[in-house]
Amino acid sequence: MFRFARFLFLLVAFALLAPVPARAQLTIEIIGGAGTTIPIAIVPFENESNWPLGISGVVGADLTRSGLFKLVDYAGIVPRPARAEEVRAGDWRARGADAVAVGTLRAQPDGRVEVRFALVDVVKGAELAVVSYVVTPAQFRATAHKIADVIYEKLTGDVGVFSTRIAYIAKQGPRYQLHVAEADGYNPQTVVTSNEPLLSPAWSPDGTRIAYVSLENKKPVVYIQSLATGQRQALANFRGSNSAPAWAADGRKLAVTLTKDGGSQLFLINADGTAVQRLLSSPGIDTEPNFTPDGRSILFTSDRGGTPQIYRLNLGSNAVERLTFDGSYNVSPRATPDGKGFVFVRRDGGRFQVAIQDYATRQVQVLTSGPLDESPSISPNSKLILYAAEQGGRGILAAVSSDGRVKQRLVAPATDVREPAWGPLPR
Amino acid sequence: MRKWIIAAFVATLIVGCKSTETQAPAPIEEPAPGTTAAAGATTGGAATSGISGTTAGGALSPLKDPKNILFKRTIYFDYDSYVVKDEYRVQIDAHAKYLQTNKPVRVTLQGHTDERGSREYNIALGQKRSDAVKKQMQLLGATDIQIETVSFGKEKPKNDGHDEAAWAENRRVEIIYVGE
Repeated sequence: MFRFARFLFLLVAFALLAPVPARAQLTIEIIGGAGTTIPIAIVPFENESNWPLGISGVVGADLTRSGLFKLVDYAGIVPRPARAEEVRAGDWRARGADAVAVGTLRAQPDGRVEVRFALVDVVKGAELAVVSYVVTPAQFRATAHKIADVIYEKLTGDVGVFSTRIAYIAKQGPRYQLHVAEADGYNPQTVVTSNEPLLSPAWSPDGTRIAYVSLENKKPVVYIQSLATGQRQALANFRGSNSAPAWAADGRKLAVTLTKDGGSQLFLINADGTAVQRLLSSPGIDTEPNFTPDGRSILFTSDRGGTPQIYRLNLGSNAVERLTFDGSYNVSPRATPDGKGFVFVRRDGGRFQVAIQDYATRQVQVLTSGPLDESPSISPNSKLILYAAEQGGRGILAAVSSDGRVKQRLVAPATDVREPAWGPLPR
Repeated sequence: MRKWIIAAFVATLIVGCKSTETQAPAPIEEPAPGTTAAAGATTGGAATSGISGTTAGGALSPLKDPKNILFKRTIYFDYDSYVVKDEYRVQIDAHAKYLQTNKPVRVTLQGHTDERGSREYNIALGQKRSDAVKKQMQLLGATDIQIETVSFGKEKPKNDGHDEAAWAENRRVEIIYVGE
């Protein structure tokens, strides 16, 4: 008994690593862009070359990666503007730019740096934003993401997601790790390491915890782990299989799939593991629960109609409505944060593809071509969908915009990556 | 822990003792708040005999004898299906009868799928496969408490290939005797 307890202690201790820098870095490439892009010039900020990280470079990379912007060359315009009032709109319009971002860095006596940036609309000749941050050099990357968010919002009207994080599973040989990285793939941190599979990472709405499924006990068990402390707790470890965690918007409850009462069925459970409550009864499979943003419904996958399809459970009335009718395999529903519909995976002629369906029109748009696309996760602004794909026999991540036009590929060297989960907007 | 159990088996075979300590799982209970990963996992139990002991004549246990049908632990399935094919009836019968005769013995049925499709849906599909095998075993005399059904979905393939042959090898249920 004691030997086994010690074995378990070591296993738990091993898994409870506080986040450590991961070795395999994700590189993101754009492989398809939007039809029309916004031409913008990002002028290197005054004094930024005094520090190793060039803030303007990260801003430019963020905006380019979104697929919605095209960078306009800044070389040859002298003197180089650093403030809104120094931007000569005509010079920039002549180069085809619609907007120009400029800035300055000023070292403070306490070692921090004041980063000031301005965004100018050179078509209207208007100052769109002037923002100032006082940060340490270690925070430069995060500051660049914030600046990119401001530019994105001012020029597209949508909330930017450059300051968010993504979670994903990385497999190298027999070793599985749950990584959390910045949305551009930088600085991956290892949150969990295991010699058995990990899957289904799910961010708590406040971004402080991640639920996931681990097979380390030779059966699926759902854990919740704090990102700050590395501490974790088994959320659901009942007889049989425990999987598919999905957080409610208040962060206090989760929906999960449990087989403890016979068959894969949906349950609600408090985040501390108490108050297990069955949601539905069906003779077959009910799984992959996902809360709608208004908290009133749960989307889920069920084969109650004979083939796996997507249904919606209204939590108030307990009414269940079928949502997908095309084809014999529609699974993995993820409600879009804007409340308009859901992304999901469909199988068509043997190919697995990511698609998006609008609740009101029931229209389905197929966004990817497969053949083995899975696990879609949508960005908090509903604009980009991260998913897992296969390339050359290896697992990669990919992203596609909700209108299908922008395409990205995310690869890590010598690593299978899968099961992406897009984190929430920072609070 | 695994090393310890293997050593125990080997010692048993050499010495020919009847009883060997195995681990009987405590009934899996609901986790209390604040429990860690240890909750619910198989815990050390009182010594029980039966699955690794040798017979009176000193011969190999039927579970360990390659010539015995109980040595066959895998049942394969068709695509998208959890129907137990007739060709496995005899094999499942034999395991069910063994469980019926040896009440303290516990098995875990692990369901698996091929690599195609949603990971979570495949957990559920694998579970349907292990449940289908359990149902057959119960009809033939094994009891509910003796059999836990779990699923690994597509996470632990036997064959890493990406073709029909590999997929067929991965759609399966594995019968695992607890303590082995």
